[in-house]
Amino acid sequence: MISPIGWIIIWIGVFFDILGAVGLVRFPDVYNRLQASTKCVTLGTFGIMIGIFLLKGFSPMGIKALICGGFLLLTSPVAAHALMKGSLHFGTKMWKGSVVDKYGEDKLGGEQIEKPKEEK
Amino acid sequence: MRYVIYFIIGFCLWLLLTLSVNLDHLVAGIIVVLLGTIIFGGYFTDKPIKFLQLHRLFWLIIYIPVFIWCMVKANIDVAYRVLHPERPIKPGIIKIKTTLKTNIAKVFLANSITLTPGTMTCEIDGDYLYIHWIWVQTSYVDKASRIIARSFEKYLRRIFE
Repeated sequence: MISPIGWIIIWIGVFFDILGAVGLVRFPDVYNRLQASTKCVTLGTFGIMIGIFLLKGFSPMGIKALICGGFLLLTSPVAAHALMKGSLHFGTKMWKGSVVDKYGEDKLGGEQIEKPKEEK
Repeated sequence: MRYVIYFIIGFCLWLLLTLSVNLDHLVAGIIVVLLGTIIFGGYFTDKPIKFLQLHRLFWLIIYIPVFIWCMVKANIDVAYRVLHPERPIKPGIIKIKTTLKTNIAKVFLANSITLTPGTMTCEIDGDYLYIHWIWVQTSYVDKASRIIARSFEKYLRRIFE
């Protein structure tokens, strides 16, 4: 009974991983891409780990998968946060459809939003 | 004191990872965990007694399902935005104010915000957090704090403070 549930969770995880990759291609700037890839890839890989745990039970492999899932939940947001802060300090502009940039107003002296290109 | 607690937690983690009581594994584990304790023990929490207070563990166990449910919602939200042909996004960076005081609670709040629908932490500056929001509903500090952070703060305050 456990085995089909484990496989279903693994496939849901793979599906979300693929969605994260698609978001990486479709979204316009680095911040939105980080949003898509961080959320989807974290839950997707966490799902794969939980699925392996359900398939293998309390064997060495299952326990390792569970611990890896826990570490992933703790470290993946921190890595994304570091990338985002790095690109903010580097001065990467936001996409031209962005509506507000409080960080740029407070810290960088003006909104860091890309200007729309003028038609020739 | 906190070095001892750190050592015990690290060694339990090592035992779970290897799952064997072979003498070689135990000696290697003691050496590795000792090194880790010497290098990183100074960054550990000041009051390790908090690990033994049961009501904190109780609220942590309640918090985990809430958090995983929020993660699932976040992924369905991103899936909708990725697969929609017109790509409905309206991004922006806004500022919220948190009522949490300790550093570890702020770290967990930032991590939780990153993994929940449409929001992602850019920077923590004292009591203020800068949030990248993929669909900006409001740019006022109070209203945005209520929408984004309140639901987590009531759990995190009980766990960490």
